[in-house]
Amino acid sequence: MAVTEHPPPPPSPPVDEPELLELWEDAPGIPGFLSTVDHKRIGMRYIYTCFFFFFVAGAMALVMRGQLAKPNADLLGPQLYNELFTMHGVTMIFLFNTPVLAGFGNYLIPLQIGTRDMAFPRMNAFSYWVFLLGGIFMYSSFFVGKIPDGGWFGYTPLVSRTFSPGLNIDFWGLGIVFTGLSTTVGSINFIVTIFKLRAPGMTLNRMPIFVWSMLVFSFMAIFAVPAVTLATGLNELDRLFGTSFFNPALGGSVLLYQHLFWFWGHPEVYILFVPATGMISQIIPTFSGRPLSGYLWVAGALVTVGFISFGVWVHHMFATGLPPVAMAFFSGASLIITIPSGVQFFAWIATMWKGRVRLTTPMLFGVGFLLIFLLGGITGVMVAVLPFDWQVTDSYFVVAHFHYVLNGAVVFPIFGAIYYWMPKMTGRMLSEKLGKLSFWVMFVGFNVTFFPMHILGFLGMPRRIYTYDNGLGWGGLNAMVSIGSAIFGLGTAITLFNWLWSRWRGVPAGDDPWDGDSLEWSTTSPPPHYNFASIPLVASRHPLWDQRPLPFAESGPEEDTSGLGSEGAVARETPVTSGIDTRPEGNLEIPHETYLPFVVALGLAALFVGLLIKAAVVGVVGVGLAVVAVLWWSWRTEEDLT
Amino acid sequence: MRRVRPAALAAVVAASSITLVSCRGHSPSMLDAHGTESQRVSGVWWLMFSLAAVVYVVVAAFIVIAIVRGRGGKREKAQKAPKDDTFIWLGGIVAPVIILAVLAVVTVNTTEALRNPEAGELRIAVVGKRWWWDVTYPDSPGVRTANEIHIPVDRPVDIELTSDNVIHSFWVPELAGKVDTIPGQTNHLRLTATAPGTYRGECAEFCGIQHAHMSFQIIADPPADFDRWLARRTTGAGLTPTSDQAARGELVFTREACAGCHAVRGTQAVAQIGPDLSDFGGRQWIGSLTVPNTPANLEQWIVDPQSVKPGTLMPPTALSAEDIAAVTAYLEGLK
Amino acid sequence: MTAAVVTPGITRPATRRSYPTAWWGMAVLIMTEAMVFVILLAAYFFLRAASKEWPLAGIEVPKLELAVPFSFVLWGSSLPIFWAEAGIRNGNVARLKAGVLISFVMGASFLAYTLYDFNDLHFGWRDNAYGSIYYTIVGLHALHVFIGLGMNVVIQLKAWLGRYDHGRYASAEVFFLYWHFVDAVWLAVFPALFLSPHIR
Ligand code: HEA
Ligand code: HEA
Ligand code: HEC
Ligand code: CUA
Ligand SMILES: [Cu+2]
Repeated sequence: MAVTEHPPPPPSPPVDEPELLELWEDAPGIPGFLSTVDHKRIGMRYIYTCFFFFFVAGAMALVMRGQLAKPNADLLGPQLYNELFTMHGVTMIFLFNTPVLAGFGNYLIPLQIGTRDMAFPRMNAFSYWVFLLGGIFMYSSFFVGKIPDGGWFGYTPLVSRTFSPGLNIDFWGLGIVFTGLSTTVGSINFIVTIFKLRAPGMTLNRMPIFVWSMLVFSFMAIFAVPAVTLATGLNELDRLFGTSFFNPALGGSVLLYQHLFWFWGHPEVYILFVPATGMISQIIPTFSGRPLSGYLWVAGALVTVGFISFGVWVHHMFATGLPPVAMAFFSGASLIITIPSGVQFFAWIATMWKGRVRLTTPMLFGVGFLLIFLLGGITGVMVAVLPFDWQVTDSYFVVAHFHYVLNGAVVFPIFGAIYYWMPKMTGRMLSEKLGKLSFWVMFVGFNVTFFPMHILGFLGMPRRIYTYDNGLGWGGLNAMVSIGSAIFGLGTAITLFNWLWSRWRGVPAGDDPWDGDSLEWSTTSPPPHYNFASIPLVASRHPLWDQRPLPFAESGPEEDTSGLGSEGAVARETPVTSGIDTRPEGNLEIPHETYLPFVVALGLAALFVGLLIKAAVVGVVGVGLAVVAVLWWSWRTEEDLT
Repeated sequence: MRRVRPAALAAVVAASSITLVSCRGHSPSMLDAHGTESQRVSGVWWLMFSLAAVVYVVVAAFIVIAIVRGRGGKREKAQKAPKDDTFIWLGGIVAPVIILAVLAVVTVNTTEALRNPEAGELRIAVVGKRWWWDVTYPDSPGVRTANEIHIPVDRPVDIELTSDNVIHSFWVPELAGKVDTIPGQTNHLRLTATAPGTYRGECAEFCGIQHAHMSFQIIADPPADFDRWLARRTTGAGLTPTSDQAARGELVFTREACAGCHAVRGTQAVAQIGPDLSDFGGRQWIGSLTVPNTPANLEQWIVDPQSVKPGTLMPPTALSAEDIAAVTAYLEGLK
Repeated sequence: MTAAVVTPGITRPATRRSYPTAWWGMAVLIMTEAMVFVILLAAYFFLRAASKEWPLAGIEVPKLELAVPFSFVLWGSSLPIFWAEAGIRNGNVARLKAGVLISFVMGASFLAYTLYDFNDLHFGWRDNAYGSIYYTIVGLHALHVFIGLGMNVVIQLKAWLGRYDHGRYASAEVFFLYWHFVDAVWLAVFPALFLSPHIR
C-alpha cells in the first residue's frame, strides 16, 4: 500500500441534518415498527428479543436447579424436567446465542465497515421476523402443553413418531428448520455486506476483527445449517409423512441422524464462539490502549477454526461404537483445533502485556472470559481424548465443559459487549459501579455453579436425569451448584437492571466514550439512521487512532462515486465497492420501509403451523401468501438493483 | 484443575471438597477404578490433570501479570517486552503442539490396549429397554435376568449391546467407559473386573421419561460364587413355590395380566415385554434400582408402579390385597 | 502513533465492473443450497453403504432410456441462457426474450419428465429408505427446476414490459446464475442416483 503524502480532503459540504434525518426516518408507531429496514433498529430488536429468551431460559435453568438441589426432590416431575432442560438448551442455542450474535453483527457491521446499511435491508428485516416467529412458534408449545422433551439434539428413534407420538417433537423439529432459515438469510446478508459495502480503504486486512469473526460466522453457517435442517427436516418427514430415513427396520439408519446433526452441531458451537472472540478482540485492545497483537494471526486463526471445525463432529459420537481407528482420527482432529485457540489466546495476552490495561466493566468481562475459557478449553481437550471421553461423555463433566465454553466463553463476551457497545446504541453509559458488581457476582456464581459439575461427572452422575438417589453422594455438590446458579442469575439480573436503568438515568456517552479504534465510534451515539452523512476514508486498521481527524469522502462526478459524500445520504444510497481493493463501483439504493418481509415471514410461519397441525389448508394459504409477497417484492426491487 | 483465583473462590473450592467428603453414600466414581479399562483411563486422567494444572496455572499467571504489568504508568517496561510473534509462537503453537502430541500418543496407545477380544471371555447379551435392562448369557441358554448382572472377577467379559427401541448407553464408571445400545446395530463393551464388589451402572443416553431410573448394577463375584450363581439359574432351581401363599401367588401371576408381560421359567408366563422375573427374589432392587427389593416396596410396585417410577411402562393392577400379598410372596421366593 | 494517510485514488471508480450485489447474494445462497444437495447425496451413499442390497427390497435400478436424453435437455438449457446473457450485455432484449423462452421450454420438458418418472415408479417414498432418499433428492431438484421456471416467467415478463436495457438487467443476471446452478446440481445428482446403481 503506497502511503504517499496526500493533502487532506476538503471538509464535506454541510448537510442539512434535520432534513436528512427526516428523509431516513421510519414512519412513527406500529407501521414503522413492522416495516422498518434500518439495520440498527433490527439489530437492537434482535438483541432485546434474544435477551428476553436468555432470561426465560435462565429462569428455566434455575427451576431445574431447584429440582436437583437435593436428592429425590419432587419440585418437578420427570416429564416437566425433561421439557425444561430441552427448552433451556434449545432456547439458549437457537433463540439466544446464535441470533444475539447476529444482532450485534447487524448493528455493528455497517458501522464498523463505514456504510449506511446492510446489503439487503429488507432481507435483514425478513430474517428478524423469521427468527421471532420461529421463537414464538416453539414457545407456543407451552400454551398447548406439548413442550419439546427430547433434548436439544433429540436423537432418533427417541424423537420418532413411534416413541414420541405427540406434537412436542414437531414444535422442536419444525422450529429448528424455521429458525435455521433466519440464520441462513442473515449470513448471506453479512457476507455480501462485508464483501461489497466496505468504505474506501477498508481493505480486508484492515477490517476490525469483529467483522472478520462475523464473516467466518456467516460462512460456517452457510455450510453447516443445511445439515441440521436436513437432520430435523428428514426426521419431520419420517414423522409427518411416514418416510423411513431413520427407521432401521426399513433400511434407514439412526446413526445417519447423529452424523447429520453433529455435522452442523460441532461447527455451530464455533459459530457461537468465533464472534464472541471477535468481540474480545475489540474489547481487549481498546482497554489495553494499543492495537491487537498479531492481527493477521488472529484473523487467520478464525478462518482456520472455521475450516477445522467441519472435521471433528464425530467426537460427539464416541460412545456409538464406531470403529476405533475412525474415532481416533476425529480425536486427533479435535486436538488440533486447540492450536488456533491457543494462537488467539496468546495474541490477547501479548496485547495486554504490552499495553496498559484499564479494568473497566467490559474489560473485566474480557478477563473473566479468559480465565473461564481457559478452563473450558482445557476440559474440551480432555474430552477430545477418546478413551477418557468414553468415561465422561453424557455425564456432568460434559455439562461442565460446555457451560464453561457456552456460558463462560460466549455469554461473558456478550455481557462485555453490552457494556462496551450499549452506550453507542442508546447514547447512554451503563453504570460502571453496578457493572463491576454484576461482573463479580456473575464470576463467582459461575464458578460455584459449574466447577463442581466436573466432580459430579467423575462421581458418575449422568446428564439429563431429573432426580437422583440419596445414597450416591451427589447431594452436597448439587446443592452447591444450585446455590451458585442463583448467585449467577442474580449477577445477570444486576446487569439487566443496570441496562434498563441506564436508558433513563445513564450518563450521556458522547461519540467515543472508550477511546475505541473502529469506525462506529466516529458517529454520534446513537448513530443517525444513515450512519455516516459522508463515507469515511480508511487508511489504517485503527482509523480512529491513526487518522486524526478522520477524513470523509466527497461525492465524485461519476455515477459510481456519487454516493460517497453527503449527496449519497440525501439520495438514500450507499456506495458499493470492489471486494478486494474497495474502489467505488456504484451505489446501492437503501429501500424504504416495507411490510413485505413481515408478510413473507408470516406466510412461512403459516406453512409451519400447517405442517404442525397437519392442516393442508393453512400450509397452502401460507405458501400462497409468501409466494405472492415474494413476487411483489421481486417486482418492485428492480429499481434498486445495480 | 485448581486455579489461581481470589481467596473467596479458593475457599469455595475447598468447601466443595469438604462437602464431598462429608457427604454420606458411595458414589460410583470413575476414579475409584476396579476394572482394567477404568484403571487405565483414570491413569490417563491423572496425567491430563497434571498437564492441565500446569497449563492453567502458567497461562493464568501470564494473564494476571499482563494486566498488572502496564498499570501504574511503568511505560518503559513495555519497551522491554518480547515481540508479539514470540508470544504467539511459543504460547500458542509450540507449547500446545508438544502437549497435544503427548495426548495424541496417549490416546492411540490407550485405545489400542482397550476393548480387544480376549480368549476365554464370558459373553453376556444386554438389551436396553425402556427403562430397564434385559440380560441373557448366550452360552447358558435359558438364563435370563434383568438390571443386575453377575460376572466373575478377573475374567474378561464381552457385553453385547443392542436395543429394539430407543438409544441407551451402558455405563459402569468403576469398571469401564460407555457404549451405546443402538437399534439396528450390535455394539460390544469388553471389560474385566479386578476386584469383587457391586458396581453401579447408569443409562447415560437420554431415553425418555424415566432415563433417570434406568440404573443397573454389575455384581462381580469370585469365580466359584459366580459359577454357583449361574449353575443355579441354568438348572432352574428355586422356581417352585415353597409355601401355600406363594403357590397361590404363582396361580394369580400366571392367570392375571402379569403373565402377559413377564416370564418366569417353568410356568406359563413366557412374555418378554417386561423383565424376566425368574430370579426376582435374588435381586436387590425393583424397577432398575429405583427402590430396594423389600416385600413392602414390591407390593407398592405391583399396586401402582407409577407412584414409584412415574411414566414406567408397567400398568397398575386391580388385584385384591390378598392376591397381591400372594404374588409378592411368590416373587420374593424366586431366588 | 504514525498518522496513516489515505491511499490516493481510493475514491476513483473501480476499473472492472463487478456483478450486482443481488448476484453475489444469489451466489452465496447457491453455496448453501449446494450444501443441501451435497449432504443429501452423502446421506444417499451412507444409507447405501449400510445396506446389503441397493436399491433396497428388490426395487429395480433407475431406468435410463428417458433419463439420459432428458438430462441432456436440462443441461442443454443452460446454452440459450448463455446466449441470452451475451445478448442483453449488448442491450439486445429480443435475444434475451428468445433465449429465456427456449430455456423455459427445455426446463419444462425436463420437469414433465420428472413427474412422469415419479408416476412410473413401482415404489413409494414410504416403502423404505431407498424410496425416501430417492424421492427426496429428485423431488427437491424438481422443486428447484419449478422455482427456476417461475423466475424464468418473471424475467420474460419484465423483458416484455421493457424493464431491461443494456445497463439494467440485474434481476435477469440473478436468474441466469440460479438456472446454471439448477443444471449443475443435476450434474451431480444424475450420476449418483441414476448411473451409480448400475455399477455393482
Ligand atoms: C462455545 C462453544 C464451545 C467451544 C469453544 C468448545 C471448544 C472445544 N470443545 Fe466442546 N462442546 C460444546 C461447546 C464448545 N466446545 C458443547 C455445547 C458441547 C456439548 C454438546 C452436547 O452434548 O450437548 C461440547 C462437547 C464437546 C465434546 C464431546 C463431549 C461428549 O459429548 O462426550 C468434545 C470432544 O472432543 C469437545 C471438544 C472441544 C475442544 C477440543 C474444544 C477446543 O476448541 C478448545 C480449545 C481451547 C483451549 C484449549 C484453551 C486455549 C488454549 C491455550 C491456552 C493453549 C494451550 C492449551 C493446551 C495445550 C491444552 N467438546
Ligand atoms: C448459552 C448457552 C447456555 C447458558 C447460558 C446456560 C446457562 C445455564 N445452564 Fe445450561 N445448558 C445449555 C446451554 C446453556 N446453559 C445446553 C445447550 C444444555 C443441554 C440441554 C440438553 O441436554 O438438551 C444445558 C443443560 C443444562 C443443565 C443440564 C441438564 C441436564 O442434563 O439434566 C443444567 C443443570 O444444571 C444447566 C444449568 C444452567 C444454569 C444454572 C445456567 C445459568 O447460567 C443460568 C443463570 C440464570 C439466569 C441468567 C436467569 C436469571 C433469571 C432472572 C434474573 C429472572 C428474570 C426472569 C425473566 C425476565 C423471565 N444447563
Ligand atoms: C403391560 C406390561 C406389564 C404388565 C401387565 C405387568 N408388568 Fe410388571 N413390568 C413391566 C415392565 C415394562 C417393567 C419394567 C419397569 C421399569 O423398570 O421401568 C416391569 C417391572 C416389574 C417388576 C420389577 C422387576 C425388576 O427387576 O425391577 C416386577 C416385580 C413386576 N413388574 C411384577 C409384575 C406383576 C406382579 C404384574 C401383575 C400384577 C405385572 N408386573 C404386570 C411390564 C408389565
Ligand atoms: Cu436408557 Cu437413558
Ligand atoms: Cu464438538
